[in-house]
Parts: sequence; structure tokens; C-alpha cells
Amino acid sequence: MATHANVNLPLPVLPEGWSGEKDFKAIGSISAATQRSIEPVGPHFLAHARRARHKRTFSEDDRIQAQENAKKVEDDDSGEISEPEDPSMLLRDAKDWKTTTPYSASPNTATERLKTKSSAPTAKKVLKHHPDKRAAAGGTEDDSFFKCIQKATEVLLDPIKRRQFDSVDERADVEPPSKKAAKDGKYYKLWSATFKAEGRFSKVQPVPKFGDEKSTKEEVDAFYNFFYNFDSWRSFEYQDEDVPDDNENRDQKRHMERKNNNARKKKKTEDSARLRKLVDDAMAGDARIKQFRQEANASKNKKKLDKEQAERDAKEAKEKEKAKAEQDKKDAEEKAKVERESNKKNKEQAKAAVKKNRRVMKGSVKDANYFVEGEAPASAINAVLADVETIQGKIDADETAELADKLRDLKLAADIKKVWTAEAKRLVDASKIKESDIKTFA
Amino acid sequence: MSAEEASAQGATPGERVAIGISFGNSNSSIAVTSFDDKAEVIANEDGDRQIPTIISYVDGEEYNGQQAKQQLIRNYKNTVAYFRDYLGQDFKSIDPTHSHFSAHPQEHDSTIAFTIQDKEESEPSTVTVSEIATRHLRRLKQSASDYTGKQVNSAVITIPTNFSEKQKSALSKAAADAGLEVLQLIHEPVAALLAYDARPESKVADKNVVVADLGGTRSDVAVIASRGGIYTILATAHDYEYAGVHLDKVLQDHFAKDFIKWHGTDPREDQRSMAKLKLESEATKKALSIGTNANFSVESLAEGADYASTINRLRYETIARKVLDGFNRLIEGVVKKAGLDVLEIDENFAAIFPESTAILAPSTTPTAINPSELQARGAALQASLIQEYEAEDIDQSTHPAVTTVKHLTNAVGVLSITGDESKGIFTPILSAETAVPARRTIHINVPKEGGDVLVKIVEGGSHIKVTKEEPAKTNGNKDDSDEDSDDEPEERREKVWKVGKVLAEASVKDTKKGGKVEVMINVAGDLAVTVTAREVGAKGGVRGTISAP
Repeated sequence: MATHANVNLPLPVLPEGWSGEKDFKAIGSISAATQRSIEPVGPHFLAHARRARHKRTFSEDDRIQAQENAKKVEDDDSGEISEPEDPSMLLRDAKDWKTTTPYSASPNTATERLKTKSSAPTAKKVLKHHPDKRAAAGGTEDDSFFKCIQKATEVLLDPIKRRQFDSVDERADVEPPSKKAAKDGKYYKLWSATFKAEGRFSKVQPVPKFGDEKSTKEEVDAFYNFFYNFDSWRSFEYQDEDVPDDNENRDQKRHMERKNNNARKKKKTEDSARLRKLVDDAMAGDARIKQFRQEANASKNKKKLDKEQAERDAKEAKEKEKAKAEQDKKDAEEKAKVERESNKKNKEQAKAAVKKNRRVMKGSVKDANYFVEGEAPASAINAVLADVETIQGKIDADETAELADKLRDLKLAADIKKVWTAEAKRLVDASKIKESDIKTFA
Repeated sequence: MSAEEASAQGATPGERVAIGISFGNSNSSIAVTSFDDKAEVIANEDGDRQIPTIISYVDGEEYNGQQAKQQLIRNYKNTVAYFRDYLGQDFKSIDPTHSHFSAHPQEHDSTIAFTIQDKEESEPSTVTVSEIATRHLRRLKQSASDYTGKQVNSAVITIPTNFSEKQKSALSKAAADAGLEVLQLIHEPVAALLAYDARPESKVADKNVVVADLGGTRSDVAVIASRGGIYTILATAHDYEYAGVHLDKVLQDHFAKDFIKWHGTDPREDQRSMAKLKLESEATKKALSIGTNANFSVESLAEGADYASTINRLRYETIARKVLDGFNRLIEGVVKKAGLDVLEIDENFAAIFPESTAILAPSTTPTAINPSELQARGAALQASLIQEYEAEDIDQSTHPAVTTVKHLTNAVGVLSITGDESKGIFTPILSAETAVPARRTIHINVPKEGGDVLVKIVEGGSHIKVTKEEPAKTNGNKDDSDEDSDDEPEERREKVWKVGKVLAEASVKDTKKGGKVEVMINVAGDLAVTVTAREVGAKGGVRGTISAP
């Protein structure tokens, strides 16, 4: 721990006669401590936890940490392989620095480099190609390559400029596969590589993967949606023509700037169109899309067929029902007709029977001589017949027949009267007639 | 959702994109660490850095934050607010007062749920508080993902110090459902302090800090001992009586009374008027925290009558006196509970949390910059520290076996000027409540003429000396007396050290004139002490061990 407090008050002078073994005397020990929980938060706690878990003391931990840090630096160093430059590059003129890629010294592949922030590759180059060094080593004093290095460093250190360079760094591109190449089962592999390279320009990360023949419909849809709505950070400032620096030609400068701006816009549009075409091409050759479409069609067709079948079935069922209903109706009509006819006959028969029975009834009272001795007076006949008619009016055909049966074989007036009285009583009890209506059979 | 869950569980340390979330009962905020290891609070899509912890549904569409807050007026039945404290609780143990003007909590299978219409044209559904929290966290996660351009999959979340294990696991589950791996749950005051100590100008020092959070629905105060960057909570207090809503209430009553005077109707009696009054009171309160004057204006407050008024800071402080005093008493109570005196509090930095105005500090003035963001920033810092570790590593490091350690009861230091225990001046090297193992180094001047010096290691206790009248002379302890600016002649309180037990003596011989002696004290976990004393710049030195008690 490097921090320490300063105290200005001086230490006391050693009293006379003070002595201790090795100048140290332990006198007491520290008071008992309280147990508390410390909060597991912050860098200092992490250090504490590291020490506690590995049972290190402060000085041990300091040493181990220092060692680890030192190791890291070394690893970084060894990662920087000093590879020989392409001789043609060394002959480059400083003016052509743009064509010298800033990454030329890096051993990493282009895509890997996009992930790293390090801009170290040029550092060692400087050591090697500095004009002074070259001169000392007996070389020429040509510093054009050194200027290229300087420019490259400038680009790599500035995140904006670096991004501009990355935008136009085509070496990381993977050419879209030709139809022929993509034919024999390599389709997914080749296009995956292409889109992986394209994905580096996306503002939204991570970029969905192209997938393979096993990808689900959702994944494939997500992929194509993503690339059709691609949000790219790619810009083309790096390919600008140089704007003259002098103050004199302002118009010229503005003209150049405008021109550059238009060129950038144009390139951006072209790039979008290029990507769109790329996606179109990929989609056109994508067996998965065809498969999904077929599946969708099949399911759609199936639905359609099902629907039609269902409609047909429904229609048939309806027709059947209709025919059945008509037949039923016809049957019912015929039946009704027959019934009506038989009913008519029955009714006529019944009517005749009733008439006959009524005659029997009237005859019975007549047989009984209207329940009087000797010649019956008209009034008595009327009274009896009125009663008979009253009763006849209230009883139906069956009852009439029943009553007539009872009366048919009776000859004695008393018996006949008994039957009539019983019948009248039954009707009064059933409250079909009133007692007052009956005169003779009461 | 399956992909989300998979990412929450299966993220390896290298793939983690971690953020800090301050999940408050009233407001939440999210912070990320930028590439230069600075934590910053980020705004959501509405541009709010303080995102109200409210979620609302209108015609099946989900609204969150400030937009949801507006729905409290028209659509309070489908708006869920103040739900954080319901997480992992029984229905019986919650206080639903604050949900009076939003969706009401109900009991539902041993948990708490809300009945809200969260889908278009269907029956209102019952949504558990865990699901609500998940939806809220998912929105926060989405905001952070949009900001960083990467899918956020893990987080450090702040919690109040009195969260139970059940509440913690409920919160972790809700976060996991939202696709967030909870790296760690850290205490709110500690998170704030961590962010505060991460200022570039701050130094690692031993200090006692009061973190006071006057929140929306609750107030939390914690006294934290910060010893060499290691934090120990000495005491906490939680209060539901003196919180932001009570300050709102004061303003509501104030303006409601005024409104009655003009229009004869009480806006507090109508649900919608009350909601408007509440929202505007809160806005006014926040405006008063910044300026000395604030407007209060509501269109159609009640019965179609508009209302506009202003209030100044002084008036507000007068009417809110009761709440503010209560809050101050709370702070003083906690300091006492921690066994300290207000004079022993070195920093009182975060007294103003979002809801508050000036809170007078017991000893020093609040020093924090934008205190409302501290918690989230602290969480983000912690997230950036631990996101490289395996989940198992984190678990082991936060295990009680590691976090529970001995703390010194007395300060340990050296005596200056004279070796006589009754007269020497105690200079603390290790303060009381320092977690052991601990190591501290100090440099002490030697007497002017140099020569042999005595290093006397002693224990020291501090106590508060109360002098009845303005002392004519100080008894040599002037450097220790706190900068007590408003000296009252009757009573003067100062902190003095009392020399306690002598632990060891050592001598450093032949020091140079104007030289310095470095004393290093190393207290091991079992309280054994190693003392090293040597002259700065010289070789050798004295080294001795005091055995454990």
C-alpha cells in the first residue's frame, strides 16, 4: 500500500536507559474485537477477498499481484511479432500513404483486428524505420516509409479515423460465393462467411447468424429481416479526395468539400444497394426459404382443401336433410288425408251411434211412460224430455253409448228412472250440470 | 423468452455485458461503465435518468417510467406503482397505502398480485408482483441494450439494507426472468458510497460516513465505517413516516387549502383531481430542490377550474418542517445507534436523494455531486469489477466466511511529543471499527535535532468532551477538535482522544535532523500485530510482533 498519512507532531525522544530486545518491547495486546460483516463491494474488498481466500498476507499479495502485472506486460510484448515488410511497401511514396494500410504490420487477420483496440503494431516499426536509425545503420535518408508509418499511427490512434478506415478496408470482406461454388452443400458455409464479414458494419451487435439447413423459420426470418433493415456505420470519408489546405483558394476548397460529400453519399447509397442485392441473391438461392414457402403453401393448400371438403360435406348433408324433410312432409300429408277420411267415417258412425243411442234413451223414457201412471200429460212429457236433452247435451259419445247400453234392456219404469237419476247425480257431482236444471231425475 | 433465459443463465464471464441498476420503490436508474471505467447513468428512451418505477397498460400497450406515471391520472386501475417493496412479501406484511392511487395489490397464492387489463380486448388478468418486476426490469434492460448496442445480460442491483433473504431471492428470480443474471445484490448506501469514493479526487481514507436517503416512500439512513476502502455498516434505520410522499402531502394540503379558498371545492376528494395534485406537487417539490421558487399549475384541477400558484423555498421549509425535522432526528438517532457522536462523522455526503430539499447536516455539509445517480453508478462500478469472475467465484467471495471479520474496538496509534501516557498526544494509525486484517503506514516527524526516538504503540479511545464555557486555553488537543464553526459560548463539544492500553514500544536510533520515521502496523486476522518502524530513506529498522490476545 503506497498511501500513508503524514504526522507533523514529532516523536518523543528516547528516554534514558530504555532498552529492548532488538529495540522492540511488546507490552500489551490489542483489545478484544467485535465481529461485523463488511460489505462485499468495491475494489478494496475484492483485494481482501482474494487475500482471505488464498490465505495470503498483505506483502505476499502485493508481490503476487506485481508478478501478475509484470507477466501481462511481457505477454503483450511477445504478441508483437516483428514481421518483415513487403519490399514494395518500403518503396512507397509518402504521398500514397492512403494505399498503405495502417494494419500492414499487424499479424492478426482483418476481422480479428476489428475487435481489438490496440494500436501497438506501428510502435515497433517506428523504432526500426525512424530516419535517424536508418541513417545510423548506413541506409539512405529516405523517410517516405516513416511518413507512412506516422500517418498510419495517426489513423489507428484516432477512433473516428480508424473507423473511417475500417469502413473502406475491403480486405476483411468475404466475396459472395458464385452460384456454382455454392451448389454442392457449401452454400451455408460460404454465405455465412460473407454475412459475417458484412455484419461488422452493423451498429446493432450481435448480428444474427446465417445459420444452416437446420435453422428454424424464425431464425431465418430474423436473419433476413435484420439484413434488410441493416443499420450500417460504414462511411466513406477515407476515400475523399484531399481538400487543399491553403487559405487562398476558398472556392476551390468548398467545391472539393461538396464534391466529397456527394461522393460519400453516392458511395453510401451504392453500398446499401450492394448489400440489398447481396441479401436478395442469398435469399434467392436459399433452399430453406423455398422449403418454408413450400411448407407454408402446403399448409395453406391443405387448409383450402379442407375447407372445400367441409363445404361439400355441409352441402350434401343439407340436401339430404332437405329431401328427407320433403319426404316426411309428403308422408305426413298422406297419413293425415287417410286419417281425415277415416275420421270422417268414424265421426259419421259415431254420430249415427249417438243418434241411435239418443233414440234408445228417448225410447226408454217413452217405455217408462214418462214415469207417470196412465196417459202422460204433455207437461210431464216435456219435463222429462227436457231433462233427457239436458243430460244428452252434457255427455259425450262414449257416455251416451254406455248410458244407452244400460237403458236398452230395461223395461221397468223404476229401473229406468234409477239409471237416469244415477246419471244425473254423476253429472251434478262432476258439476257438469246444475241440480236446478234437473227436474224429474233429481 | 427462452433465448433470454438461456442468456441469463449461461453467460460466461467473457460474454457478460453488465450494468448497474438502482431499483427503487419510486424511481429506478440504470448505469453503465464506459471504456475508461467511469460509470455513468444513462437516460431511457424518454430522456429520463430517474425512471419512475411504474408500469402501465393502455389498450394492451405497455408504458413504463414517466409515461406510465402520467397514466396515474386517467388510467390508475391499470397502472402499477410502488411495487418494489412488495416483492417476496406476504400480503399480510405489506403496507398498501401508497398503492391507493394505482392498481391495488391483492393476495394471490401466497404472493401478491395486481388485477390489470394488460392485453387488448380481453378480461383483466392477474399479474403477480414478480411478473410486474420482471416486466419493469426488462424495460430497463432494453433501454440499456439500446444505449450500449449490445444485449445486456447481467446486472448488479441495489437493495435496501433491510431486504430479507426471501425478498432477495424474489428479486433475483424476477431479474432472471427478465434475462438478467444478477451478479450481486449490493446495499444501496454502500453502492452510493462506492460511487462517491470513485471520484477521481477522492483518496482512500478512514472515515465515518452517514448515507441518508430521503426516498419516495421510505427513508433509509446508514452509518458506514469506511476503512481503507472497505465498508462496514455500523447502524441503519428505516423510516416510513418521513419520506418524499410526506413532503408531497404537505404541498398537496397547502395548495388544496388555497384552492378551496378560491373555488370552494376540495380537490382531494376526487380521484382524478387528487392524482393531478399529487403529480404536480411532486414536480414542485423537485423544482424547489433546485431553485428557490417553484410554480404549481394544474389545468382543470377540479370541476374544470384551472389552478396556478407559486411557492418559495422558505415557505416550503416552514410547512415541511415537521417532516424535515423528523428526518434529521432519524439521522441523529442512527449515529447514536452506531455508538458515535455527530462529531465523529467525517462525511455526510448523500443527504439529498432525489426527493428532498436541503437537509441540514449534523456536522458537515453534503458534498455529493448529483446524489440521485450515485446508487446506480456504484452498482455499475461493482458490475464492472466483478463481471470478469465466474459466478461461483463471486459466491465464494461474498460468503459470510469471507465477509465476517473482526473489527477493532479501539483505535491504534502512536504517541507524539512525549512518551508519558498521560501527556502524550495520541495519533491514530488504525481507527476503531477497522476490519482486520489491516495494514496502515504513517510518517512521523522526528524531533528537530534528530537522534534516538521512541515509538510507543498505544490504543486510544475517543470521547466527546463537553466544555461548559468558551475555554480560554485548549489543552493541547486543538488539532483534534472538529471544525465546529458555530461556536456557542455555553457549550462546546469536541472530540478528544484518550490514551488507553500500551501495546508496544520500539526505538529508532540515530535519526537525522528533519527526518521522518515510517511506522507500519499490520494487524492479522487473529489480532496479532506486527509493527515495523524505520527511518524514511534508511535501511533496516525495527520489527516486532505483538501476539494475539
